[in-house]
Amino acid sequence: MDALNQLPLNIAATIRSLFGDSHSIWADLTMNVINIILVIVLIVLAALILILLERKIAGWTSQRPGPNRLGPHGWFQTIADALKLLGKEDVTPAGADKFIFKIAPMILFALPMMTLAVIPYGKGMSPIDLDLGIVYFLAISAVSTLSLLMAGWSSNNKYSMLGGMRAVAQMISYEIPLIFSLLGVVMITQTFSLSKIVEAQSTVPFVVLQPLAFVIYLIAGIAEVNRAPFDLVEADQEVVAGPFTEYTGLRWGLFFLGEYGNMTAVAALTTTVFLGGWQGPAILPGYAWFFLKVGIIIFFQMWVRWTFPRIRIDHLMGLAWKVLLPLSILNILLTGLGIYIYDLVLRIGG
Amino acid sequence: MSTIVFFIFAILAVAAAWGVVTSKNIVHSALFLALTFVGVAALYVMLNAEFIAAVQILVYTGAVSIMVVFAVMLTLRGDVGESSPENKKWGWGLFVAGLVFVMITAVILTNADWRILEGPWTIQNSTAALSNLLLTNYMIPFEAAAILLTVALVGAVILAKGVRENK
Repeated sequence: MDALNQLPLNIAATIRSLFGDSHSIWADLTMNVINIILVIVLIVLAALILILLERKIAGWTSQRPGPNRLGPHGWFQTIADALKLLGKEDVTPAGADKFIFKIAPMILFALPMMTLAVIPYGKGMSPIDLDLGIVYFLAISAVSTLSLLMAGWSSNNKYSMLGGMRAVAQMISYEIPLIFSLLGVVMITQTFSLSKIVEAQSTVPFVVLQPLAFVIYLIAGIAEVNRAPFDLVEADQEVVAGPFTEYTGLRWGLFFLGEYGNMTAVAALTTTVFLGGWQGPAILPGYAWFFLKVGIIIFFQMWVRWTFPRIRIDHLMGLAWKVLLPLSILNILLTGLGIYIYDLVLRIGG
Repeated sequence: MSTIVFFIFAILAVAAAWGVVTSKNIVHSALFLALTFVGVAALYVMLNAEFIAAVQILVYTGAVSIMVVFAVMLTLRGDVGESSPENKKWGWGLFVAGLVFVMITAVILTNADWRILEGPWTIQNSTAALSNLLLTNYMIPFEAAAILLTVALVGAVILAKGVRENK
């Protein structure tokens, strides 16, 4: 088991040992390129698997079989859909702001690449181990709103513009509870580093110590990735898929990859901060535990999406400002009190 | 190596700033502004101020999307392409910009009290050091800024919503 657990690290060490000096700049550069390729592969694989899983779960919740024609139980459906997307014509609408129209999906796809690169997938297995992991993650994911707005504005389409505006309105309401809910964990661990936060959860995951923050983060996280019941940005029946209306072919596919990549990134951060990341009983290697927990969070997000109806935009703002924000501030207060009492008990006891 | 990286991002920031003032389209100006902020954030990273860099992206680049919304909503002209017309008073602009430049240069040249570090900056956990400073030495400016922002926020809400006169 230990050999399996250390397998990725051993492979990395073998690649490094191919160079004369295993910590020269060329070795570092090669490892970084391999890491970023792995992250891209992770996003593409995640999108391929998750799209099929989403359709299967949608079928399961509404009691129909879902895709079931191509391959065993329809498992090859997404591959066929991706191939179809590759062959479609790339249309730029007349009157669109061409450069912004073309660059917006690339930005949305680049963001999960940047955020997933700092997640610790196992002990010592962060592609990039940042001291400021959480802050970096939040800063990068805040840019996704800008790319949605760019797509909505440049499409020269009223529905797209409305969708982009909704993205901004939604962002200013969920962003603050989202950030505040993570502060409790930062207060306990005294660090922003994701790998240190995971190591601090070796005895008990923070979902036990911070249940309120966990629930707030789950709700705000669903709003961040624009999924039902908070999918106001792309609500098909209201703004016809919003910023994505005018996109075709592979550009639309990039948006899809970006969306599912963002979803994976949010689930990965939830796992890292609240569910103990790669920590788990030694019956499975650390990275297997990590992806298992990410899968559970993603399943929960899909389950919620196909169970709850979409809420109205003013209800979302009311929920975020009047319920989630006071609760997250209360959580910070309670955490501070808890830390103080814990210190006091330790001092009296010791 | 770091000099090359510095010049890449410095040129990016300055070129994007040039784009902000020369774009005819106000939305393009706002997006160029976001690019400038990203370039400046990269310079912060090179100065080992990672926290400031992350906050720069989180706060300013996020705020740019709100600015774009305001730009679109407040543009009265039908065509956004001509929403940022040229100002004819470039002489005054040159004068003010030159004055600011001369002032900053004078301060830099006459200030003898530069605390130049002996070697490269090596403190690893600059965020902890920053938060310690904010809550000890610079407590009062920090709190004053917080109060100022709260007052501005309340003022904006009252301006937007109005106050009931009869109470």
